[in-house]
Amino acid sequence: MMEQSRPRAPFAMRLILPLVLVALYLPLVVMVLNSFSGWTLNWYVELFHDDSLWTALVRSLSVAISSSLIATFLAACAALALERFVFAGRWPMRILSTISLMLPELVLALSLLSWFSVFHFSLSLATVSIAHVTLTLPFAILVIAARLQSMDGSVEDAARDLGAGEWQVLFRVTLPILKPALISAFTLAFLLSFDDFLVTYFTNGAGGDTLPVKLYSLMKSGLTPKVQALSSVMLIFSVAMVALLVRLQSVRSKSNSIVP
Amino acid sequence: MNRPEIEGDFGADRSTVRLLGWAPLTWYLLFLLGPLALVAATSFATRGVYGGIQWQMSFESFTRAFDPLYLSILFKSFILSLGTTVACFLIGFPVAYSMATSSRSMRNVLILLLAIPFLTNLVIRICALKALTSFDGPLASVLTSLGVAFDPYLLSQNAPLVIFGLISTYLPFMVFPLYAALERFDFSLVEAAEDLGANFLQVCSKVVMPALKGAMLSGVLLVFIPAMGEFLIPDLLGGAKVMLAGNLVSEQFLKARDWPFGSALSFLLMILLGLVVIVVRRWEKKA
Repeated sequence: MMEQSRPRAPFAMRLILPLVLVALYLPLVVMVLNSFSGWTLNWYVELFHDDSLWTALVRSLSVAISSSLIATFLAACAALALERFVFAGRWPMRILSTISLMLPELVLALSLLSWFSVFHFSLSLATVSIAHVTLTLPFAILVIAARLQSMDGSVEDAARDLGAGEWQVLFRVTLPILKPALISAFTLAFLLSFDDFLVTYFTNGAGGDTLPVKLYSLMKSGLTPKVQALSSVMLIFSVAMVALLVRLQSVRSKSNSIVP
Repeated sequence: MNRPEIEGDFGADRSTVRLLGWAPLTWYLLFLLGPLALVAATSFATRGVYGGIQWQMSFESFTRAFDPLYLSILFKSFILSLGTTVACFLIGFPVAYSMATSSRSMRNVLILLLAIPFLTNLVIRICALKALTSFDGPLASVLTSLGVAFDPYLLSQNAPLVIFGLISTYLPFMVFPLYAALERFDFSLVEAAEDLGANFLQVCSKVVMPALKGAMLSGVLLVFIPAMGEFLIPDLLGGAKVMLAGNLVSEQFLKARDWPFGSALSFLLMILLGLVVIVVRRWEKKA
């Protein structure tokens, strides 16, 4: 498709973009350079030998995997209930989902902390995972519901005409078509959970730090080159993640152009 | 949306499959509505002797929240979030506009360049800002060589740094919706307006911005709401000097152990944000 040419923005306006990029990237560049402080890789070697960081990574991964599995399952149920079933709780679900999207993370974190302590739930990785499910659920619902909206319901009707029961329709028709959306929802929930600081900080027990919380407490006690090395490693992971997402997107758009 | 009527005939509403919908609803009741209701209830309770909650009805927490000391913190946060939102728009609009009017390949590169800091953990970006402003960092040496007097230990903890942190963190939340709307914008309208003698400022205010109203309002909400509840940026970049609503609230839970007061403050915060959302939505409908 040929695109119409767009008139360029005036020079003064175009000047702002590079300034913004400098403001965003200069601190990151300084941090990465600092992590090689004294021109050695010692700080990275030290990171590698720090067992507490490896346990924090394992915690982050286990929380992210368990919470996004639960969130994807619940989101699929919610999206089906919103888009496909005759479901009495449709409005409450819409409203609650919107509230949780709009709610500042801090308020969610504090209210869950109160909730767990009133019911004498001792804070652990389980409470963090529960909190992360609530945090990521509305995003996962959005992804799956969007796919269901654009999906042609006549395929499901055809299966019903051919005598399939509702459970058969779900498992043999709807879910297989939804598979890419389920994977996207899982990935999004995983990234949100893995990246989360605030909700984790309030709902984890003593000594249950995930990677971002660990980084925070290290930073509170001082900005050493080692802390900056850890941040640089995590930064490289985010860059890799962006690259992967872009790659997936381009693969998808290519396959879309072959199969409309 | 019009499917339920049809599905009734096929029996989806009689099938046990629809029971699946109760799972997420139960989750929301247990781990969203319940906790929020608890916060609302706690804000009317009294503080126990050892910092717990005593279920005795009182408005003490609310009267304390309206104390000028605390009210001024809430007000300061509100003004700062509003300022952040305005600044994000004033910077974000030119950025989104220059992005949308650059060549197609350049656009993809620019999206990528904005997406990387956007998807990088906030703790990491704050660490980077601290590296830039630390007492032996590059900013300190530049200031020294320029002969500007400064306190090296306050360089990485001050109010302007908090503002810079807020703007640089939330800028992409404004740029991305604006850019998405500009991608669909018909730029021949700009040429038409210019042919008819409009200058660029008029083009922006009379032609481009009206078409971006929806995106602008979602950008406003995406920036304002998290900025109002921000905890990390003032906590790490503000030192002890900058106390914002988020820090005040979390301090009641983590340090002061005054949960009823903390709950009352977060309850007020929720009401304030709810009002902002309603006002913005009204404004959107009017357009």
